[in-house]
Amino acid sequence: MTATDPGRAAARPAPVPVSIDPSIAPPGTRNFRDAGGIPADQWHADQNGETLVPTHCCFCGVQCGMYLRVDKGGKVFGVEPRNHDINRMRLCPKGINAYQQVNHPDRLTAPLMRRSRDEEFKECSWDEALDFTVSEIRRIQEAHGNDAFGLLGGASLFSEKTYLVGKFARVALKSKHVDYNGRLCMVSAAGANKLAFGIDRAGNPFSDILLTDCLLIAGSNVGECFPVMTQYLWGARDRGASLIVIDPRETAIARTADIHVALKPGTDSAFFNAVLNVVIAEGLTDEAYIAAHTTGWEEVKKTVAEYPPSRSAEICGVPASQIVQVARVFAGADKAMAWHARGIEHHSQGVENCLSVINLCVATGHIGKPGAGYGTITGQGNGQGGREHGQKSDMLPGGRSITNPEHRKQICQIWGIEESELPTAGTSMMEMVWQMQRKEIRGLIGICNNPFVSLPNYAVVKDGYDTAEFHAQFDFFLSETAANAHVVFPVTTWAEDEGVMANAEARVVKHNKAQDPPAGVRTDTWVICELARRLGAGKHFEFPGSREVFEELRVASAGTVNDYYGITYDRLDETGGIAWPCPSTEHPGTPRLFEDGRTYHPDGKIHMQVVEWHAPMDAYTEEYPLSLTTGRTVAHFLSGNQTRRLGALVEQTPRPWVEVHPSHGFRNGDPVRVVTRRGSEVFPALVTEAIRPDTVFIPYHWPVPTSANALTIDALDPRSKIPEYKVCAARIEAAERVDEVPAPPTPPGREAYPETQVSRTDPLPPTAPQGRGTAERS
Amino acid sequence: MMGRTIFIDPGRCIGCQACVSACRECDSHRGKSMIHLDYTEPGMSVASLPSVCMHCEDPVAPCAEVCPADAILVTADGVVQQADTTRCIGCSNCVNACPFGIPKIDLQAKLQMKCNLCYDRTAYGLAPMCATVCPTGALFYGTLEELQAERPGVQVADSFVFGDVVVQTGVAMVVPADKVQWPVPGGLPVVEINGKDVR
Repeated sequence: MTATDPGRAAARPAPVPVSIDPSIAPPGTRNFRDAGGIPADQWHADQNGETLVPTHCCFCGVQCGMYLRVDKGGKVFGVEPRNHDINRMRLCPKGINAYQQVNHPDRLTAPLMRRSRDEEFKECSWDEALDFTVSEIRRIQEAHGNDAFGLLGGASLFSEKTYLVGKFARVALKSKHVDYNGRLCMVSAAGANKLAFGIDRAGNPFSDILLTDCLLIAGSNVGECFPVMTQYLWGARDRGASLIVIDPRETAIARTADIHVALKPGTDSAFFNAVLNVVIAEGLTDEAYIAAHTTGWEEVKKTVAEYPPSRSAEICGVPASQIVQVARVFAGADKAMAWHARGIEHHSQGVENCLSVINLCVATGHIGKPGAGYGTITGQGNGQGGREHGQKSDMLPGGRSITNPEHRKQICQIWGIEESELPTAGTSMMEMVWQMQRKEIRGLIGICNNPFVSLPNYAVVKDGYDTAEFHAQFDFFLSETAANAHVVFPVTTWAEDEGVMANAEARVVKHNKAQDPPAGVRTDTWVICELARRLGAGKHFEFPGSREVFEELRVASAGTVNDYYGITYDRLDETGGIAWPCPSTEHPGTPRLFEDGRTYHPDGKIHMQVVEWHAPMDAYTEEYPLSLTTGRTVAHFLSGNQTRRLGALVEQTPRPWVEVHPSHGFRNGDPVRVVTRRGSEVFPALVTEAIRPDTVFIPYHWPVPTSANALTIDALDPRSKIPEYKVCAARIEAAERVDEVPAPPTPPGREAYPETQVSRTDPLPPTAPQGRGTAERS
Repeated sequence: MMGRTIFIDPGRCIGCQACVSACRECDSHRGKSMIHLDYTEPGMSVASLPSVCMHCEDPVAPCAEVCPADAILVTADGVVQQADTTRCIGCSNCVNACPFGIPKIDLQAKLQMKCNLCYDRTAYGLAPMCATVCPTGALFYGTLEELQAERPGVQVADSFVFGDVVVQTGVAMVVPADKVQWPVPGGLPVVEINGKDVR
């Protein structure tokens, strides 16, 4: 309001800056008024003694900055937007409600234990839980070898903890079987980037989107899964940039896109090959760039000659004219960018799909310039950092390969172990479950993951876990997977510990501790180090906290491609984030790659790879004519363990549904049975013209009997081992009543928290016209 | 139109409901959201539209005009406040009078509730919670000049016609530049009155 009433302004005292208690806030923290913090009418600051702790969101790969509001008693009780470089005050509903996890009544506050799955969980002391776990590890490893015990980490852990997971598996467990849930998320892009560029990260920062003239988004529902990125997208469009969206569904960003290509799931590489075919045919390639910076172009050219628009149009189920249009707009733009996500990565040809996008960017010379390049949209907060420091079965810290003798030697030196003691490469997450079925792996520790909801083909996953003789799980809520374990360790949420994450731009950001953990809860770092101590590897795990782990991580990554050496906690506090590689403490970081035209391969070239399209693994037949594809909704995150307990988010999206085209003859809310070769479940129909007639869509955040992943296929990409979540053959039929969503599991002796019960049986999907805002609840 | 105000651009809305969640976090009515998020074409597209109070200026807001208890006060800078709890009698007149369907009655408390443009924040020059967090800028807070600087060529409307009544609003709506008609037709056309066809 420009015309404020002068009388009123005088009557209100100017807000006094509230100083922040140095014990919970790092140096350099600003007060309320800076960066648009709380102006709280003076009453709030005075009455509540409120302070703000700057941190980042715990959810997706945007890593929005936020302040957590902390009350006089040191408890987190709210959120305040933060003017951080990444998100500039923007937040999505998940980020706004994230703080509600921290002091949620469902939090686990004591270790849970049972000696067999027939018993009920009992709360026990930390010593009991740790000793039982260690004795089981010893028993299994003595009887069946070290590799019979596995470890599964997660990409929502801070990088320090992912480093510890990898080190713990190899040094304390001495097992090769360690992997992480980023295997279900980013590895196709990682594999493709490594092959083409020799470095695994997005080529450009978000801010480059503002400079581009053409933005191509492939297989990403940015509006729901990455909402805060849309401000960059609109910033570009306000300058006149065109937007191309490749997605079988007309999502919120596709609705207003200049070109929306609604292709059939599982045909992405055929589409991009045809686009490149047109680019070559129309002479829109950047021959000078290709000649100077690439290898393999001739072979690529030969392959894409086999993909004229007419052929690909038939494969993809889109008009050939659209393929030509995309080629002209993308290649004709002065500066163009391509961003892709799970939509093209979750395939048995995920690596190829990503490579076909990279080929298109490279052939048109859109690489390594301000406003021109490619980006990979990471799903989890630390999807990028989670795979850099040794959590992945074939990786060692600093992006090193576990099969490279030189790399092995370097790490053994840092860890102080003999090279003969360092295990070799293990298997991927889904393969580990198959190995559990075959009793090759008999014991497992899971940290920060929920495979019962997030792995494909639930029947196999359940069987694998049930076959395991021992299973321990770290979590702060009792997840569906933890409810099946022998031991559950209650650990901290992201707001109760400090650590770094690397976002989708490979910008390392620091999360700060906002409150002390509840009594009885320990940090993951403490539990891992304590287990290592009891396993006799204590001298390798003397870490009081994240800071000390980060110091070792920095040194371990020095000189590698994923160089964190120049990044320190103090620098992160001062700068708000540094993009790796950052080889020295004076180095500003590397927000944009390849600006000098050199990649990270020894020859400095981009290695273009030949991509052939092949049909998805699950064959269509008369019995299963449709494509089932899965994805996320804006209110929930991955397996839903963190979000299905927060009232506001449950109310926004209480249950899953199946999106079907009106041509199938269903009405909104009708119970529809979705049948695949793995099983069948009944969902309410969301009838919409915004989906292809031959495709149905189910969001996957819920457990059985409403789990999309009870239907999906556990086919893997041969190179990245990512499951083919995004396409399987299905049919739909009318049913009697919808399957009900079970309430999330609760610890023994506690009632289900009422907010998780909101309209669980409501058959109507959230987008059906069923009342207006939330004010109506009152 | 007020100086610094909210501009709603339904074309940018992605239906994420960040505004709805953020509104719940606002200290003046914590735990209750005052924003309505509507799907305008269910079954055809995912198009959605956030509705905040339009802070009518017309010369006084319809809700304030019909309030028998004079509970709805308008500040000097044009913000139509939520009903004063010491005066409101929960009669629902404002609910019926509002052409945009904004105010709600909290039946338990017998009080009206509605958006007050985050007066605790805007009085200090900060943006309201919803416009602060909106990822796409479908809710934009600032002056018309700021909006036009950020989005060249943008057209806005701040008068809406309902039957033969024109309502001037303090909050403005972004309208398609090529289809703009003044004033913007609000609501549905009146087709009959007392059984008589008036088309």
